[in-house]
Amino acid sequence: MSEGSSNDPHPYLRIRDVTKKFGDFTALRNVSLDVNEGEFVCFLGPSGCGKTTLLRAIAGLDIQTVGSIEQAGVDISALPPSERDFGIVFQSYALFPNLTIKRNVGYGLENRKTPKAEIEARVAELLELVGMPEQGDKYPAQLSGGQQQRVALARALATSPGLLLLDEPLSALDAKVRVHLRHEIKHLQHKLGVTTIMVTHDQEEALTMADRIVVMNEGGIDQVGTPLEIYRRPASPFVADFVGTMNFIPATVSGPDRVSIGGNEINVGEGLNGVGVGSPVTVCIRPEDVTTRDIVGSSANSIETTVDNLEFLGSFYRAQLLTTGNGKAKLLADFSINLIRDIGVEEGKTLSISLPESRLRVFEGSAKTEADI
Amino acid sequence: MSNAAALAAQPAASGIKPKLSQDDRIMRGFILMVGVWMTVTVLLPLYAMLSKSFENHDGVFTGIANYIEYFSTPALFYSIENSLFIAIVSTFFTITLAFIFAYGLTRSCIPGKAVFKSIALIPILAPSLLPAISFVYFFGKQGIINEVLMGNEIYGPIGIVMGEVFYTFPHALMILITALSTADGRLYEAAISLRASPMKTFFTVTLPGIKYGLISAIFVVFTLVITDFGIPKVIGGQYNVLATDIYKQVIGQQNFQMGAVVSVVLLFPAIIAFVVDRIVQRKQVALLTARAVPYEPKPLLSFDGIMFAYCCLIGFLIIAVLAMACYASFITFWPYNMTLSLKNYNFDVMDGGGWESFFNSIRMASYTAVIGTIIIFTGAYMVEKAKGFGAVRGTIQFLCILPMAVPGMVLGLAYIFFFNHPDNPLNFIYGTMAILVICTVSHFYTVSHLTAMTALKQMDPEFEAVSASLKVPFFKTFIRVTVPVCMPAILDISIYLFVNAMTTVSAVIFLYSTETNLASVAALNMDDAGDVAPAAAMCMMIVYASATVRIGHALLTRGLAQRTQRWRKR
Repeated sequence: MSEGSSNDPHPYLRIRDVTKKFGDFTALRNVSLDVNEGEFVCFLGPSGCGKTTLLRAIAGLDIQTVGSIEQAGVDISALPPSERDFGIVFQSYALFPNLTIKRNVGYGLENRKTPKAEIEARVAELLELVGMPEQGDKYPAQLSGGQQQRVALARALATSPGLLLLDEPLSALDAKVRVHLRHEIKHLQHKLGVTTIMVTHDQEEALTMADRIVVMNEGGIDQVGTPLEIYRRPASPFVADFVGTMNFIPATVSGPDRVSIGGNEINVGEGLNGVGVGSPVTVCIRPEDVTTRDIVGSSANSIETTVDNLEFLGSFYRAQLLTTGNGKAKLLADFSINLIRDIGVEEGKTLSISLPESRLRVFEGSAKTEADI
Repeated sequence: MSNAAALAAQPAASGIKPKLSQDDRIMRGFILMVGVWMTVTVLLPLYAMLSKSFENHDGVFTGIANYIEYFSTPALFYSIENSLFIAIVSTFFTITLAFIFAYGLTRSCIPGKAVFKSIALIPILAPSLLPAISFVYFFGKQGIINEVLMGNEIYGPIGIVMGEVFYTFPHALMILITALSTADGRLYEAAISLRASPMKTFFTVTLPGIKYGLISAIFVVFTLVITDFGIPKVIGGQYNVLATDIYKQVIGQQNFQMGAVVSVVLLFPAIIAFVVDRIVQRKQVALLTARAVPYEPKPLLSFDGIMFAYCCLIGFLIIAVLAMACYASFITFWPYNMTLSLKNYNFDVMDGGGWESFFNSIRMASYTAVIGTIIIFTGAYMVEKAKGFGAVRGTIQFLCILPMAVPGMVLGLAYIFFFNHPDNPLNFIYGTMAILVICTVSHFYTVSHLTAMTALKQMDPEFEAVSASLKVPFFKTFIRVTVPVCMPAILDISIYLFVNAMTTVSAVIFLYSTETNLASVAALNMDDAGDVAPAAAMCMMIVYASATVRIGHALLTRGLAQRTQRWRKR
């Protein structure tokens, strides 16, 4: 897989073999990535994965130890932040508390010998853009968190930078405001067409906002892809585990494209990549992909299970199933309320399920799951 | 599967050498300037003093000969024991009295807490010789209540300890109030629900909670006492301590080498106290969690009554000491002519220094406040906010903390050795106002620096990053954002420098000239010449000046708070 270096021969941002060390600790190892003009890219990963370090390297705030970064065809690897072209929004917003909203937004313009009337017009335009035309004379402390976030965004966009960097911009906000602002930022980015990189640890945020997601783990990139690719075809057990809920079922290779889960043989398509018969593998499937209706014949990858536990989660039920046969594997499946009623799923009852071949991912070895960590 | 694999064919990039921005270069320039300043005003003088202690009169290196002489002269080394004795006894009394007072102000429901606190802070406004002079009028040979000493002399350890307790009380009190008011109320609720007795709660909750504050207060008081010069000079009589020994060796006997030796000896306890205090300060950081609930004392008639009576008593004593100095300054000729007059304020006819010295002090304190605040705050900003340059910044950070460990007498003497050296190109500032200002800024650098650092650390660390991304040079953000936001701390630093410059005697006693005589030095010399009442009058003038500036500062701070409350969160 090489989504990292896209097919575009002239990407807007070209990151090559970037490594960042803090003393003995390696925060980034050999990271390479292309970002195209106008793209919205999310760096997604758990805390400590290096996503913020990469963002700060791109901004020049913590310059990488080795590796190169090119922006719009110019090598910016060693340049200080003031000589790069970007706007940035921090988690804390870093609004200047003693300046009004207008002065905050116009801060970068005032230093460029722009005529006063022009600054005022631009500030008004930006405040309009972020939906706060009437708040210009207030101070940051008088605004809500969401409003402060918009002001920070307006300030970062004021000088029309080529690149917009967002460092966890939504994580200090209430859940509802967060969902609302997600759409607004996405909309704004689309409208302005500014190349944007956002750092987040919230997979939902990444899935809903990004054109492409860069999933990072332990200082490296695990996968780069569209939200759908990341969700549907995770490239590693880590990605599978970090994004969404995933079943990790221990299995053994039992033949060409076939594995055995405690004696139940199923087809896994082309996922085996020549792993030898008898080798341990992990079969992954999302709970919502487990089906139980219309199971016909042996090609349906059907398995007999017993219902161990049923958990009501509002709009659906999450069932914990145990496979029958030698060695009971645990498996989560999401069933609609209708289905539970129609089929009469109850704790303790047996249930035939199907693991559709197209929805399966198989990884070599026995993968660790969240529950193990 | 990752890009790294796909691009493994590419040659490995070599290490990046970040290009410095204009901002980085300016900041580093400033940091180096701070480094040079600290080196010239603290390090080199100390080095000069240290090397002096290993030389004979002719400037020939003699190894530890001076030290051998020192430790074989009982008249000299007995002072070590005296100094330690005074420091330990004074620290014990100050901490005990201040702890109960602070406890009353923070853990009881007595009325008038603000008034009590203001009264308790009065001693800060006075030079340390004021309580000594006042005690002479209370307990001296012609004192109004000298019979309470039951025949004991006030001149000597009794007088010194009493004076030191008065002088150090507010310093201990401020630290203890801070420590006691940052208690977590939830712990006390837990103690009550577990039915712990008040005694047990005190020893298992209160004391551990203020442990670090208490240790810090003990060492601060200890250092203040052992390095103080004014009180033992005025009321010490024949009882020698290290600080007065330095003075006697240098001014009395012109034995600079021995003065240097005593200075080195005095440096030791000061440095030990300094190191312990730094360690304790570092540990204190992680003590309070953000979730702590402030402790709210509940009214309890008997306890509150005792506390109120105690605070009234202490407040009364402090005012009495001040009032006595004030009263004595208006007495025509104690005890023979007790009519009130302004005779003692006619400084121009006294030996020691006229009104000129008072105005010199005002000038010196103003320069120190303005120049010192600019240097210290700007320096702290550069050290805190500059990027990279780690080793240099660390070194300079240490240099900024160092002056706290250097007693005033030692610093003043070190300045003689360094700046009065004929080969020193800075020799020309010797005997001028400049050297007094530089010495005073250095003497009180550390506390001001720490105040600035605390304020700067509360600023969002990303302000500079945002400014850089907007292509605004850092100094614009410094002036437009950092300085306005930190204005309360900046005012605190300047008032601290002003008041200390008004009251200090120790460092400047070696450095004034006839043109730059200072009020506190004049008071000391008048007392030395037997003009005790005029000395009291001069001390009172210092109190009036400090108090006026202090009140002005309070009004300014309040005005500022009102003007900026729209953008300040609380």
